[in-house]
Amino acid sequence: MRTSSALDTVIKPGYWRAQQKAQTALTCPELQQLNRGKELRWERWRVLYAAGSALGQLGTVGRKSEKVSMESLQCSRLNGLFAVYKPPGLNWKHLRDTVEFKLLKGLNSNKQYTPQEHIRFLVAPKEGSEGGELTLIAKSVPALSEHSLVRGPKYTSVKVGVGHRLDVKSSGVLVLGVGHGNKLLTDIYNAHLTKDYTVRGLLGKATDDFSDEGRLIEKTTYDHVTPEKLSRILAVIQGSHQKAMVTYSNLDLKTQEAYEMAVKGLIRPMDKSPMLITGIRCLEFAPPEFLLEIQCMHETQQLLRRVVHEIGLELKSSAVCTQVRRTRDGVFTLEDALLRTQWNIHNIQTSIQKAAPRVEAELEKCQTRALGHPDLVGQSVS
Amino acid sequence: MALPVQQIPKWFYSMKINFISITQIRSQFMRPRKTTLHGLLALPQQSSDNFFLWGFKNYRTFSLWNSSLAPSSTRQENIAAQDTHPPSLNGLQLKTEVTNFDSQISLEELEDLPPISPLQQISEEDAVQIVAEPPLPPISFTLRDYVDRSETLQKLVLLGVNLSKLEKRPGAGTLLLKLDFKNDIQKILLFLKDNGVEDNQLGAFLTKNYIILTEDLENLRTRVAYLKSKNFSKTDISRMIVKAPYLLSFSVDRLDNRLGFFQKELGLNVEKTRNLVIRLPRLLTGSLEPVKENMKVYQLQLGFKHNEIQHMVTRIPKILTASKKKLTETFDYVHNVMNIPHHIIVKFPQVFNSKVLKIKERHSFLAFLGRAQYDPQKPNYISLDKLVSLPDEVFCKEVAKASLKDFEMFLKTV
Repeated sequence: MRTSSALDTVIKPGYWRAQQKAQTALTCPELQQLNRGKELRWERWRVLYAAGSALGQLGTVGRKSEKVSMESLQCSRLNGLFAVYKPPGLNWKHLRDTVEFKLLKGLNSNKQYTPQEHIRFLVAPKEGSEGGELTLIAKSVPALSEHSLVRGPKYTSVKVGVGHRLDVKSSGVLVLGVGHGNKLLTDIYNAHLTKDYTVRGLLGKATDDFSDEGRLIEKTTYDHVTPEKLSRILAVIQGSHQKAMVTYSNLDLKTQEAYEMAVKGLIRPMDKSPMLITGIRCLEFAPPEFLLEIQCMHETQQLLRRVVHEIGLELKSSAVCTQVRRTRDGVFTLEDALLRTQWNIHNIQTSIQKAAPRVEAELEKCQTRALGHPDLVGQSVS
Repeated sequence: MALPVQQIPKWFYSMKINFISITQIRSQFMRPRKTTLHGLLALPQQSSDNFFLWGFKNYRTFSLWNSSLAPSSTRQENIAAQDTHPPSLNGLQLKTEVTNFDSQISLEELEDLPPISPLQQISEEDAVQIVAEPPLPPISFTLRDYVDRSETLQKLVLLGVNLSKLEKRPGAGTLLLKLDFKNDIQKILLFLKDNGVEDNQLGAFLTKNYIILTEDLENLRTRVAYLKSKNFSKTDISRMIVKAPYLLSFSVDRLDNRLGFFQKELGLNVEKTRNLVIRLPRLLTGSLEPVKENMKVYQLQLGFKHNEIQHMVTRIPKILTASKKKLTETFDYVHNVMNIPHHIIVKFPQVFNSKVLKIKERHSFLAFLGRAQYDPQKPNYISLDKLVSLPDEVFCKEVAKASLKDFEMFLKTV
């Protein structure tokens, strides 16, 4: 009888972080604002300088350096995951930069300048005496050192992270994380959820990079290709990948639980593995074009194009891939994805709020499975 | 108080920080209270060692920096005032700071007064008049430290100059601290106002071109006179100055050369060149290399004839400064995918101004709906400027005759 001990429990990376999700508050409030970055190191120096010079300053009020790089006031709402629709032809890095820029624009536009005042002790004649006796009087004097034109914009950077990447030619749902949501990105990665793609193929030619913009290698006929042949090949592919899923999930199939799960078809690998196609079917077939729907995990878009090329070879013809479009990434679908014109702070906030419960539920499921079956490394497909 | 060199952290040297130094300009700063206890005192040429002799503990990096200030004159950012004396130096009544803050005033400068010991008894009145403001940092990376004590900077902020942007430019901070509002800046501001720059535009103007505050007024007047001699009207000149703040910093020769370049390159007559420059004065102040390259691109790569280029440039001057990659991408899509011939593109040069992605999205939507008809001879013709310049909702409603939602749903299927 296997007893679960601490050694057997497989702790996934990010497991402890997920457990301590609630305790992510940093300790010192000033340090909270001085996280990283060269400029902020200088700010730390300035804070210390101001603190040191407070000994000499007679009552200069509040010279804390408040240059925040994280959203503080809107912190509660601008932390989380949201999905954008990446159009084809756009690099994911540029997309991420554009989103960060739009968020900063939105954050900085909210700030209103309130005139600050400093207290100074000025010399003035005493009220009681008439002989011109001088004394110090505390007076509130307007100070311009906190003016927005002197300090600069309040927010200079926003942490925006990218989930599963999409290459330049492909399009579709791209998950981004903001603020604390970046930690969830690792958790989502470790949950190993499947993704949905629609892949459009073109029969009759083969190129070197498997897409229609590559160098042409050969041209073939495709009259002999019928929908039945295509579906037969797709079934073979799905079958072989299903077998591979069970092997890569590192399950000990001799246990009863693992056997039951395998029978139901609920197994997927929870570690690194080559690309696995959990489901593939043909939506449309109008030669020379055909449209496939692929559900897969641990994929890259170039591998999907290679699959199209191999399908062409199996059909004794040749095929190139014209479009790779991701329709679902884990919990995020096309409905949740924001288009280019909708990338502003308000839409992103609402999108984060809408998606938050779903993401949490999914991650809870994966965590409980990791805890509940310590001797099973592979977990069930959601 | 020489501190060991190891105390400077390594990252200190690798950072490119624009330092703003106020050595030798301390007299400029606002002194709210004056005492006449000890009469006139010339501001000593305080060597860097005198500053912060007792300094703050956390200031150790800078205190060492001070002592090595002399050898650091190679740094461009530090305009250490070796050549200029602050103008308001002489005849200024300074109070003496008889506190711990004050560094040792070297004996040779104080000819008539013996140094005052801190333990000496002074009257209540004198005690009250002691100024105990913290000393200004001799070097800083931001103008925020000096704003509260400098009239010049305060007036500039109230005008609308963005100091946070200016302090990032090398040498700008020190320059602004050295200038005196009454003597230097005011004259130039009045000159700008005379030439039509509005009050609310002065801030943005100075943020772009602060060098003009150091220019000679006579030179500026000559340049405006030159522009007038070229038959630019007063309103035109003020418009040009506002849109291209660096214009008046160019010498007459340079302006002449540039106007001549545009006339020769484009082959337009004098009036058209003038209109072109009035519409986009940036052409005169920007670099000429991209313009030359773009002309070659239009002629050789894209295959436009000279008179076609002239027509396009007079309609939309901005196409001269567009980037080459964007031009080629846009033209490739418009000519090869949308199948629009040259003579129609010439009529609508706005296509070169807009984003390629936008054109692609809209064209593919129209093609999907079957409304992509760009031939003026046939019915249901859609002109390129409507394709490109209209906002999304208007485009969907009028050109595509579909709702915005349909457009968005279509975009998610591309």
